[in-house]
Amino acid sequence: MKLAILLLLSVFTFAASTEVIGSPEAIESPEAIERTEAIKGAEVVAFSDESLRPRYQQLLQELRCPKCQNQNLADSNSPISQDLRREIQRMLEEQMTDKQIKDYLKSRYSEFILYRPEVNKNTWLLWGSPVLVVLLGLLILLRHNRKPEPSAENEVPTAGNKVPTASNEVPTAIRGAGATDKEAPTNSSDQQRLAELLGDKENQQ
Amino acid sequence: MNRLALFIPLALFFGLSLVLLLGLDKDPTELPSALVGEAFPPFNLPSLKDEQNVVTEQDFNGEVVLVNVWATWCFACRIEHPMLNKLSEQGVKIIGLNYKDQRAGALAWLVERGDPYQFNIFDAKGRLGIDLGVYGAPETYLVDADGIIRYRRVGVVDDRVWESEFRAIYEQITGTEQ
Repeated sequence: MKLAILLLLSVFTFAASTEVIGSPEAIESPEAIERTEAIKGAEVVAFSDESLRPRYQQLLQELRCPKCQNQNLADSNSPISQDLRREIQRMLEEQMTDKQIKDYLKSRYSEFILYRPEVNKNTWLLWGSPVLVVLLGLLILLRHNRKPEPSAENEVPTAGNKVPTASNEVPTAIRGAGATDKEAPTNSSDQQRLAELLGDKENQQ
Repeated sequence: MNRLALFIPLALFFGLSLVLLLGLDKDPTELPSALVGEAFPPFNLPSLKDEQNVVTEQDFNGEVVLVNVWATWCFACRIEHPMLNKLSEQGVKIIGLNYKDQRAGALAWLVERGDPYQFNIFDAKGRLGIDLGVYGAPETYLVDADGIIRYRRVGVVDDRVWESEFRAIYEQITGTEQ
């Protein structure tokens, strides 16, 4: 629940999250800047076994840069992301599984670092909300579709308005009722009601 | 009943507004720490002042210390430094973690601005930083005598932060009144 709200909030507060004095700075050691300059944002990563590369790419997509919060490790060029990419490469070379690598980072940077959070008591709402919204949508759709049928019978036929009636001053509801009169009234109670309404009108005049 | 249902969108709107309003006070750059309550990660790194001297977490075990992550390239560390000097004068033991820095510059900094640290760990590659989950500097960790991290602050420690966030825990685990 908390995480769900947090995620929602982070989208809205991102625009306002400017650096102020006293907030932690981006890690920009001279050495790191030099390195970034040298490679111009394009790191060449060499693997002993090429089969590790797809897993490496996948992990970088799913892990979040702890400093630049709305980027993943693949997108971010911040020094901390460079360090973490190097760590991930090292762990892959050490034959660690994806889960082990994620757990390693999670134990240090908290669950925050996972762009695909695990399902737990904080995140069930986040994971469940698409299903809930679809169910809610279906419910509304069902109710919406069922309604017009019973209401159509009660509705006043629009054609009735074109039929000339005794007086233009007669309210539309009655004029409508008058139209049904011409199209063979359904039962006697309708006729009686119509007569009453027309009668009332005449009495008033 | 139907009339009440008309107010549902309005109620939803106010609900959402309230949630967003509460969110304005939150700092999205503050991450929950995974390490509070855990042991300080073991390390084996040279000290800043003497390259040959290797320091480990054993060097501050048994004492309540602040571990302060800093670097000369970190602007906010300049703002924080006088506060560290002050705490050190008050008897708080502070260990420096010089993070991804250059030795000569860091030593000059200590001469120029004063040295509040018992000793400094020189973490040029940032490996201990990763083990700690450091993502910015300065960061300050309060470590108890058993080597357990009791509190973590990302950002500058100043008077206000010390009073409101550190002091109570510090006094509790040292059993002293400052």
